[in-house]
Amino acid sequence: MNINHCRISSFQSLGTVDGPGVRAVVFMQGCPLRCSCCHNPETWDINGGSLINSEELFHKILRCKSYFGSKGGVTFSGGEPLLQSEFLASFLPALKEEDIHVAIDTSGCILNDKAKEVIALSDLILLDYKYTDPKAYKEYTGMDLSKADEFLSYLNSVNKPTWLRQVIIPTINDSKESVSTLYSLKEKYACIEKIELLPFRKLCIEKYHALNIDFPFKDIREATKDDIDSLKKIASFYGCAP
Amino acid sequence: MKFDAWKGFKRGRWNESIDVRDFIQNNYQPYEGDGSFLSGATARTSALLEKFRLLQKKEQENGGVLDIDVNTVSSLCSYAPGYLDKENEIIVGFQTDEPLKRGVNPFGGIRMARTSCEAYGYKLSDDVEKSFKYRTTHNDGVFRVYTDEMKAARHCALLTGLPDAYGRGRIIGDYRRIALYGIDVLIEEKKKDKAEIGKNLMTSDNIRLLEEVAQQIRFLGLMKEMAAMYGFDISVPATNAREAIQWTYFGYLAANKEQNGAAMSFGRTSTFFDIYIERDLKNGTLTEEQAQELIDDLVIKLRMARHLRTPEYNELFGGDPMWITESIGGMGEDNRTLVTKSSFRILHTLRNLGPAPEPNLTVLWSERLPEAFKAFCAEISIDTDSIQYENDDIMRPSYGDDYAIACCVSAMKVGKQMQFFGARTNLAKLLLLAINGGTDNVFGTKIGPQLGPIKSDVLDYKEVNDRFHIYLEWLASLYVNTMNCIHYMHDKYAYEKSQMALHDTNVERLMAFGVAGLSVAADSLSAIKYATVKPVRNEDGLIVDFITEGDFPKFGNDDDRVDMIAHDLLHDVSFELKKTPTYKNAVHTLSALTITSNVMYGKKTGSTPDGRKAGEPFAPGANPMHNREVNGAIASLNSVSKLSYLDARDGISNTFSIVPDALGKTRKEQIENLVAIMGGYFGNCAHHLNVNVMNRELLIKAYEHPEDYPNLTIRVSGYAVNFCKLSREQQREVISRTFHECC
Repeated sequence: MNINHCRISSFQSLGTVDGPGVRAVVFMQGCPLRCSCCHNPETWDINGGSLINSEELFHKILRCKSYFGSKGGVTFSGGEPLLQSEFLASFLPALKEEDIHVAIDTSGCILNDKAKEVIALSDLILLDYKYTDPKAYKEYTGMDLSKADEFLSYLNSVNKPTWLRQVIIPTINDSKESVSTLYSLKEKYACIEKIELLPFRKLCIEKYHALNIDFPFKDIREATKDDIDSLKKIASFYGCAP
Repeated sequence: MKFDAWKGFKRGRWNESIDVRDFIQNNYQPYEGDGSFLSGATARTSALLEKFRLLQKKEQENGGVLDIDVNTVSSLCSYAPGYLDKENEIIVGFQTDEPLKRGVNPFGGIRMARTSCEAYGYKLSDDVEKSFKYRTTHNDGVFRVYTDEMKAARHCALLTGLPDAYGRGRIIGDYRRIALYGIDVLIEEKKKDKAEIGKNLMTSDNIRLLEEVAQQIRFLGLMKEMAAMYGFDISVPATNAREAIQWTYFGYLAANKEQNGAAMSFGRTSTFFDIYIERDLKNGTLTEEQAQELIDDLVIKLRMARHLRTPEYNELFGGDPMWITESIGGMGEDNRTLVTKSSFRILHTLRNLGPAPEPNLTVLWSERLPEAFKAFCAEISIDTDSIQYENDDIMRPSYGDDYAIACCVSAMKVGKQMQFFGARTNLAKLLLLAINGGTDNVFGTKIGPQLGPIKSDVLDYKEVNDRFHIYLEWLASLYVNTMNCIHYMHDKYAYEKSQMALHDTNVERLMAFGVAGLSVAADSLSAIKYATVKPVRNEDGLIVDFITEGDFPKFGNDDDRVDMIAHDLLHDVSFELKKTPTYKNAVHTLSALTITSNVMYGKKTGSTPDGRKAGEPFAPGANPMHNREVNGAIASLNSVSKLSYLDARDGISNTFSIVPDALGKTRKEQIENLVAIMGGYFGNCAHHLNVNVMNRELLIKAYEHPEDYPNLTIRVSGYAVNFCKLSREQQREVISRTFHECC
């Protein structure tokens, strides 16, 4: 890892679904997890994607700044951005200098000193809290739920604004119990500002084909807007805006 | 000057001479609030709308034209008054004696009038044929003087869409003058001007101007007669809001009866009307509901304007457009916003009457517009896809704060500037002509300097670029000279008497040139520069295709390597055009705007080095080529915003389509994000944006089942169209455009 370069999968100049407002989204390359529901399998390989130097990336982001309005900014997604914490820790101060809002979209699987530095430099963490059931978590991500909880506890301890996000996958985590458990986290962790339920989609299936990887959830149906809307109703019991 | 009709208005310079801007500045009430005051459609409005919809349906079933009066030559007083529902209409007046019935206007060219009738199963009457037999039309005049080279450039579609057989349009009469002053004052002022001109030496310019002013005076008189047929006396100023709108509309109606210009725009009227509406509201003679009814009724009238066109014309400019452009909002030079409640009212017609392409509602965007108005516009855009936005902050320095947009993107000071419309030249074709050294590889036409095809196995950027500039210099001169012929003859044989009567006598003129295929030409030059382009020759040695190996930067990705090629192209075209003087010393301007003609241009252009195959459509206006944008919407907007308005003062059109989900998760977020995106884009000094928020699937459904989507409106290039009125080919092209999606 280098502080002058990072590996990215792609750069999208307009994103509006990963954090508040109009955002540039940097899809960082490499991920230690192999989630069954992942829709960016092309970002897994830590040696894939392309190298970009910090000046070029900074310039690309700056070119989008005038579109950010009062709420937008840049989101580092992936892949797992905290895999390149060393780079981000040295890169983010320049963005802060420009007063650009920074969000990190992470699974919470990495919490070392560099990752903590990155968290400190970010304005918002989008924590992809994949499953509330430890068994499902282990089965479909390969990681222990306790690590995500540990990450969340840390965010809470440093009062870092956090959005919890969960992809709702029919038959896997779409039960009322499961979603209730997710919303109940807000009572325990004051850092959580928002909980987002995202519908499971299979648009990524083409990417799996192209990479010749089996998509484990290929036979599961997509979640509909109605599925999400009915689950969102649970939110009000927990004082969350739906 | 003093009239009772002006009671309650603050006096100013506008009392001493014709000065509508001064009247507005002294009397309008800026509005910073939101749209919560607005009224919905009344039962009367809805019933009237229903009548219109039924006629519109019949028109569609009838092949696009409801009826044609083949016996009458269209003019101000040549038809009896027409009504949709006489008892219930608040604003009245149609171009002929019946709604949606089209008149014939042979002044541009008798052949065009004849073939238009025939295309819809009608026959132009012998009387009309006879009366034009010994009469020179604009078209006759132009073809008398066209050189062989001009005809050849036209034939091989290097210059296309030239207004040499139909009205040039793009002239906006200051129709508001009729409401504010009444016709008699306007006639008096013109008589004074005429007397002044008469004191000068009788040069050909002055004699011509004298004749023009005499014709203007005659047509002002005809406007009075026309209004009298409907029972109104417009010789005097309007006394209330209803009259102000009616008088103004009569001016527009007169223009439409006299001329079949390509674009017959309306001006900048809503804030002007607002002054009358506010006065009536204050006097208790009007309610908000009635105020909205007035605007709704005006808009119904504008939606019912029609011209008779040939099928070939529709192939170029799809969807039966009129470009009844109304410019809304903007900022004043004193920093007060020109947004009033009536700016909201006119946009609100898209809700009360449903989405529609006409009038072409154009919001003059400024960073400093009231936030509530920005959000209101964004919301209506998301719901209706019927608004275009143009950057007031970059136009105001050139045009002041009382300009309006003609057609799609052409700014002009209302009543003080007019435009000589000049269609466009095909830059991609010009590049191919340069590569082939003076032979068009589609039509086989030999034209321009005869250098012969490039001989090398791999195209060399410097060689191609140098050659391109040789041909550009040649073409620019030919283009200006062609335009000079056209507009000389248009003035001579089809002068716009009604519209010019509503201009200052000493009007400033703009000559608007245009380019098509900007992104194709830029990407092609980029391919030659950064990839390996091997020409493919036919048996005659003519280069007819290219093998392009390797990647190259493509316009639309915020990559300076190619974006600056596009920037320089526009700059160089503008520079070359200015070398040749124009008719009546018009100021040279330039646009990157194609309307729907990008399909036609593509059809007539061979394969290009960027990988586009022969016959494939170009991107519209200044848009990047479809689906070559890989870094998302903002990068694409950034590329277009690098094109300089200083080089293209007649406008740089960009059409932006985004799926709703990509704009945000909730409606509130979508509105905020659209406002932020436009703020960023226009903050970069970009000029124009058409906004479509829709899914491609919707268009595919409408393509397959047009009957289910009779009112589906989309923005194309500088205007909105009813999707179902486009040709199948144009529909397919619109579907293939880039839709920015969730990443």
